[in-house]
Amino acid sequence: MSEYILEMQHITKTFPGVRALSDVTFSVKKGEIHCLVGENGAGKSTLMKILSGVYPHHEFEGKILFDGKEVKFNGIHDSEEVGIGIIYQELALVPEMMVYENVLLGHEIRRGLTIDIHEMIKETEQLLERVHLKVNPTTKIKDLGIGKQQLVEIAKALSKNVKLLILDEPTAALNEDDCENLLNIIRELKSQGVTCIMISHKLKEVLSIADTITVLRDGKTICTMDREKDKVNEQVLIKHMVGRSIENIYPKRNSRIWDDVVIEVKNWTAFDPKLGRNVLKDVNFKIRRGEIVGLAGLMGSGRTELARSLFGNPDGYEISGELIFKGKNQRFNHPSEAIAAGLAYASEDRKRNGLVLIQPIKTNITMANLGEVATKQGVIIDEKEIQVASQYVKDMTIKTPSIQQLVLNLSGGNQQKVSVSKWLFAKPDLLILDEPTRGIDVGAKYEIYTLMNELVARGMSILMISSELPEVLGMSDRVYVVANGHIKGELPISEATQERVMELATQY
Amino acid sequence: MAYKEIRTMLRRNLREYAMYIALVAIMIIFSIFTNGNFISSRNIANLLNQTGYIAVLAVGMTLIIVIRHIDLSVGFLAGFLGAVAAVLMTQVHLNAWLTILLVLVLGAAAGFVTGAPVATLGIPAFVSSLAGWLIYRGALMLTTAATGTIIVPNEDFNALGNGYIPELFPLDNVLPGLHKTTILIGLITIIVMVVSQFMDRKRKQQYHFDVLSMPMFILKLVLLSLVIAYITWILAGYNGLSWTFVIMMIVVFVYDFLARKTVLGRHIFAVGGNPEAAELSGINVKKITLFVFASMGLLSALAGILFTARLKSATPQAGTLFELDAIAACYIGGVSAAGGIGSITGSLIGALVYMSLMNGMNLMGTDISLQYIIRGLVLVGAVIFDVTSRKRKA
Repeated sequence: MSEYILEMQHITKTFPGVRALSDVTFSVKKGEIHCLVGENGAGKSTLMKILSGVYPHHEFEGKILFDGKEVKFNGIHDSEEVGIGIIYQELALVPEMMVYENVLLGHEIRRGLTIDIHEMIKETEQLLERVHLKVNPTTKIKDLGIGKQQLVEIAKALSKNVKLLILDEPTAALNEDDCENLLNIIRELKSQGVTCIMISHKLKEVLSIADTITVLRDGKTICTMDREKDKVNEQVLIKHMVGRSIENIYPKRNSRIWDDVVIEVKNWTAFDPKLGRNVLKDVNFKIRRGEIVGLAGLMGSGRTELARSLFGNPDGYEISGELIFKGKNQRFNHPSEAIAAGLAYASEDRKRNGLVLIQPIKTNITMANLGEVATKQGVIIDEKEIQVASQYVKDMTIKTPSIQQLVLNLSGGNQQKVSVSKWLFAKPDLLILDEPTRGIDVGAKYEIYTLMNELVARGMSILMISSELPEVLGMSDRVYVVANGHIKGELPISEATQERVMELATQY
Repeated sequence: MAYKEIRTMLRRNLREYAMYIALVAIMIIFSIFTNGNFISSRNIANLLNQTGYIAVLAVGMTLIIVIRHIDLSVGFLAGFLGAVAAVLMTQVHLNAWLTILLVLVLGAAAGFVTGAPVATLGIPAFVSSLAGWLIYRGALMLTTAATGTIIVPNEDFNALGNGYIPELFPLDNVLPGLHKTTILIGLITIIVMVVSQFMDRKRKQQYHFDVLSMPMFILKLVLLSLVIAYITWILAGYNGLSWTFVIMMIVVFVYDFLARKTVLGRHIFAVGGNPEAAELSGINVKKITLFVFASMGLLSALAGILFTARLKSATPQAGTLFELDAIAACYIGGVSAAGGIGSITGSLIGALVYMSLMNGMNLMGTDISLQYIIRGLVLVGAVIFDVTSRKRKA
């Protein structure tokens, strides 16, 4: 028996016109935690899809050995059979069903013709024990936070006696606490003999958990390193990932901050009639012209709620308090009013509520300010629209063959650039960026940061919501920390440290 | 070279061309099986008149399906409003034009009412419009209860369903037996088409978009011109253009322009493509929904008027199953059931395919039970083709 549980040899996979993977070799030792890193589009997901059987064995070249034996998968069922489990970034749980139903979905325990609920709950409790999740198995998934849902997914994988667990960006949507918890669970699974492959963009996390790290770039294996022996650090990883070294992840900014206040919010309280409670309580803050203000806080602390309540309140909160925008006391009753006044909000989940994926780049860019490229009577002037879209594609270096390309065909980073372009074309005075760099690669992140600096230098103000503390600290002039719907504190950047922010963010 | 270009062109626009090819194939097949009866001037004129009210409904339904909804009420709404029109003319003694105006306004209002619970409360459109289906069916029965079928004696009104545009050049010695105004309109259409295509091509080249090579482009223009010329010639050989056909083409033209060239149209497709993103981009999803339903109501009223005029009477069964014919036409015409994708011209072709099938099978004397089965197979076949060809592209 070899020391490797998995050996993928000389894997080449081509899509029409693109070589996604060329001669990739990837080996995972038994019982280790192996992290797979690389920029978006480097081929990580393609490699994992090959491993889990999403792409059947005749659609690529190369060989897969699992436990020393060659395997040929025709679908996910085959890979599950031998003990490979994969958890995608987008969780595959049924929100309306209970925890135990989800954990054993497709593997229900039967007694005669009926489902043995008793036995299933017992089984689920044991599995939840292994991932240290203390919830009632009869809770509905939709009532759990995203962190707990992630653990349910892992329990689900464990129920299938998984030997090799693949996690695709498991912590992307989690807050720091849940991240740490999840990483501990993964370490514990390792001690129980489960081998893990983890894809992640968070390099700190990778360095804290990995035994071995493989870097992919442009569909090729760049290197496989032993974290301890090779003394891997962040710079080394970034260098391998991008093929050049990025000196500073956060570009310097020397622009001035004006004295005039763009937005001031006083005693802002929002009641969500659907939840039956206040999601924001007595929030006060202000932003000056030319300033980047960070809004830190845990997931669900009220950051996004605050942004949306200001931006025309699409969720129908009952709001009290004052919003002084550009010197005028106003209240926006629809996003269109907010946009007209000079406020823009690039939402956190660009695929779900930021972009129209089935439409071309051009249409998405002009969507929030279509009147600008139309006659008074509302007829679109094609020439103008094409000019505008082409200009943004050029300025933002959106990689695409044409402005007619559908947005769903773009990579995450380029999609984000389209989303930002859309809001820039709306010509806002205050741009709220909600998780602007989630799920995009290092190079694209750097471009977004540089752009933010250019924008504030021109006199725009930016409110940046982010779960990545280093990003908040690296980019902001000032930081507000939100917890439980309150602003718990305001920190000038000189006083803001990760510890200080976390301390405030976890106050209840 | 040219062969290769045709092949890539066909492959790239497979599903658009497929619909035209299917339409031509259906026409040829029926022409053979009916010894040319199908393609006769008289039958083609008849077919276009039959298609009129379904095409008008399909145009409105396209936008409804694009914004991810459905409207089941349109059939009986059309029937009911047709009956209202008959009552207004025969019992209230309004003149035809006032009646038409009033009925159109009523239609828009009815559509608005169907859409209101959908837009404001999030009630599924299926439920809201099913309620409308029941209510308008009852209302239609009520309206015709006392008299049964209401005969409409108004000639102006009935001309909308049976009449033809007047001959402006009644010269017996020039082109005898042909409707000269129709030929003139056909010629103008060809010229406008060719000029606008050339301008469009030039503009696209300016922005470095892919365009057909010159010979292919000319070939395409020649083919298109031939088709228009042929239809013109056939229609001119009978009574010329019917008012129904003219109205249908105006509706198609206006809605196609609205869908593709205006801010409103763009907003409708954005709402269909991703309602949440649209709302956050400052598009008022509620207003768009109300507008689309109101426009559907307006077109239902128009369909009701055309149908009543065609029968010269309002019957208690008028409008039965129109909604499903319109929905089928949309799906055959490539409107995506998932929303956000569809075109007005596509749905027009869908309606033509669907009505050609019915018309052709009627001419052949195909048993009605068999007709339904074949229509069902064509519908599901078209959608399967649509879905698979879309997948291959992606």
